[in-house]
Amino acid sequence: MSRAAAVHSLWTDSSVSAVLADAPRKIPAPHIEYAQLSPVLIVLGAAVVAVLAEAFLPRRSRHLAQVAITVVGLAAAFAAVVALAAKGYATGKAHVAAMGAVAVDGPALFLQGTILLVALVAALGFAERRLDPAAHGRPVDSFAAQGAAVPGGDAEQEAVKAGWTTSEVFPLLLFAVAGMLVFPAADDLLTLFVALEVFSLPLYVLCALARRKRLLSQEAAVKYFLLGAFSSAILLFGVALLYGYAGTVTYSGIADVVNGTVRTVSPALASSTGNDALLLIGGAMVLMGLLFKVGAAPFHMWTPDVYQGAPTPVTGFMAAATKVAAFGALLRLLYVVLPGLRWDWRPVMWGVAILTMLVGAIVAITQTDVKRLLAYSSIAHAGFILAGVIAISPDGVSSVLFYLAAYSFVTLGAFAVVTLVRDAGGEATQLSKWAGLGRRSPLVAAVFAVFLLAFAGIPLTSGFAGKFAVFKAAAASGGAPLVIVGVVSSAIAAFFYVRVIVLMFFNEPRADGPTVAVPSPLTSVAIGVGVVVTLVLGVAPQYFLDLAGDAGVFVR
Amino acid sequence: MNPVSYLYLSALLFTIGGVGVLVRRNAIVVFMCVELMLNACNLAFVTFSRMHGNLDGQIIAFFTMVVAAAEVVVGLAIIVSVYRARHSASVDDASLLKL
Repeated sequence: MSRAAAVHSLWTDSSVSAVLADAPRKIPAPHIEYAQLSPVLIVLGAAVVAVLAEAFLPRRSRHLAQVAITVVGLAAAFAAVVALAAKGYATGKAHVAAMGAVAVDGPALFLQGTILLVALVAALGFAERRLDPAAHGRPVDSFAAQGAAVPGGDAEQEAVKAGWTTSEVFPLLLFAVAGMLVFPAADDLLTLFVALEVFSLPLYVLCALARRKRLLSQEAAVKYFLLGAFSSAILLFGVALLYGYAGTVTYSGIADVVNGTVRTVSPALASSTGNDALLLIGGAMVLMGLLFKVGAAPFHMWTPDVYQGAPTPVTGFMAAATKVAAFGALLRLLYVVLPGLRWDWRPVMWGVAILTMLVGAIVAITQTDVKRLLAYSSIAHAGFILAGVIAISPDGVSSVLFYLAAYSFVTLGAFAVVTLVRDAGGEATQLSKWAGLGRRSPLVAAVFAVFLLAFAGIPLTSGFAGKFAVFKAAAASGGAPLVIVGVVSSAIAAFFYVRVIVLMFFNEPRADGPTVAVPSPLTSVAIGVGVVVTLVLGVAPQYFLDLAGDAGVFVR
Repeated sequence: MNPVSYLYLSALLFTIGGVGVLVRRNAIVVFMCVELMLNACNLAFVTFSRMHGNLDGQIIAFFTMVVAAAEVVVGLAIIVSVYRARHSASVDDASLLKL
C-alpha cells in the first residue's frame, strides 16, 4: 500500500475523489484568440474550400478554381500576418495564444510570413501548364494524370487520354502550409508533433505524384514516408520522456523545471518530476526528429533521394518551406525550452553543424544530377544555418531568420529553372546535358548562374548577406572554429557551383542536348521573384536585417 | 504495481519497433514497426500521466492515435501504389534513386 501511496493519481487521491463525488466539475471552455490565429485559420479554411471544390466542380473548371482559391487564401493569410505584425504582436504585444499552444511573437510571425510568400511563389510553379507538351490537346501540369493508376498501365493511358490532372495537389499544398505555419509557432510539444504530421503527410503524397518518371517519384515517396514516420516516432518518444520529466508539455513549463524555477509546485508533481535522465534522452530524441526535418547530417540520407524523385515544383516548395518551418521549431525549442541545458546540447550541435557543412559540401562535388546537387547543397546550407542557431544570442535568431528568408527564395528560383530545361523524357536533370546551356539560352543560364552564386555566397547576392550575418553571430558567441569550418566548406561548395557555371557557359553544347521550354507567365514570375529577392537582399539587406532583428525575440 | 515497470515495457516495445524498422525489408512490416513505436509512446504517455497525477498524457495518447490513423491512410496508399507498380513491397527492390 505504501507503494500505491507514492503514486500520485487522480483516482486514488482521496481529496480528488471527494471533489469528483461532489458534483460534476464544469470544464471551462478554452479561450481561443481567433484573430491572432487568423493566418493559420485562413489557410485551413482555404484548404477545406479547395477540397469541396475538388468534390463538386466539374473537372474542366477545377484547375482555375483551385489556383484561385490557393492564391487568394495564401495572400489573405499573408495580409493577416502583416496586420498582426503591424498591431505589434511581433514585439510588444507578443504572447502565447490558444491556451498556451501557439506563440504569436516576432520569430513566429516572421517565419509565417516567409512560409506564406514561399508557398505563394511555389503555387505558381504548381499551376504551370505550358512546359509539358499538351497530351491529346489538353494542357497538363507536372503532376500525374491519376495518382492511383499503375505507371504504364491501361488506367494511366485512359486518364492521360481523358486529359485528367491531379488538381488535388492544391488542397494538399494548403494543408501542408497550414502545418508549417503552426510548426515554428508551436508552444507545446503536442502542438509541435501534430503540426509536424499535418505538414508531413501532404508532402509524402505530393512526392508520389510526378507525371514523368513515376516509379522514381513513388520510390521517393516511400523512402520519405518510412523515414519520416520513423523520425516522427522518435520525436514523439522524446516528447513522452520530456512529459515524464516535467509533468507538462508546454514549453514554458518544461523550461521552468529545467531551470529549477518552478512557479507553482503541486505536491503531486514535485516528487515525480525532475529526472535528468529523462530530460537528456527526451531532449536528444526531440532534437533528432527536428534535425531530420531540417536535413542535417547524420539524418540527411533521405534528402537527395526525395529531392530527385519528387516532382520539381514540389521539391522547390519542400526544400524552401520545410526548412524554414523546421528551423523555426528548432530555434524555439533550443531558445525557449532548453537554454538551461545549453552546456549539454551545444557540443553535440557543434558536431552536427560541422558534420552537416562538410558532408553537404564534399558529397555534392561527386553529384551528376542537378536535383541531387541542389539537395546536397541544401544539406550544406542547413549546416551554415545551424552555426547561427548554436549562437544562443538575439543576433543568432535574427541572422537565422534572415538566412532562411534569403535562402528559400534562391532555392525556389533554382528549382523553377530546373523545370525549364527539358528533353524528350521530361526534365533533363543530368548535369552533363546542361553543357553549353549558356550558348543556347543565355537568359536562363544567366538566371541559374545568379542563383548558384547566391548559394555560393558571392557578394551582392542574398547568400552573402545571409552567410555573413550567420557567421558573425556564431563568431561573436565563441564559435570561431565553427566559422572556420563554415568558410572552408563554403569554399568547397563554391567549387561545384562554379563548375556548373563553367559547364553552362564555357562548354560546347551537345547535339542531343535539352531544349529550354518557354514557360507561361506563372513560372516566369516565380523565377523573377527569386532573382529580385536574391539581388535586393544582396545589395540592400539592411532593411530586412533590421526587420529580422526586430523580430528576433521569443515570447515565453 | 509500480508504474515504472510500464515505462520499461514501453522502452522495450519502442526498441523492438526501432530495430524492426532498421532490419526488416518489407515496407508493410517496416511500417507496422513504426506503429509499434507510436504505441510504445502512448504507453509511456499514459504511464507518466498516472505517475504525475494529471490528465495531459492521456489526452496526448488520443492525439497520437488519431495521428497514427492518419499516417496509416497515407502510408498504406503510398505502399500499395508502389506494390501495384512493382509487384514487390521490399524496400531493397526500390533502388532506382542512387548516386
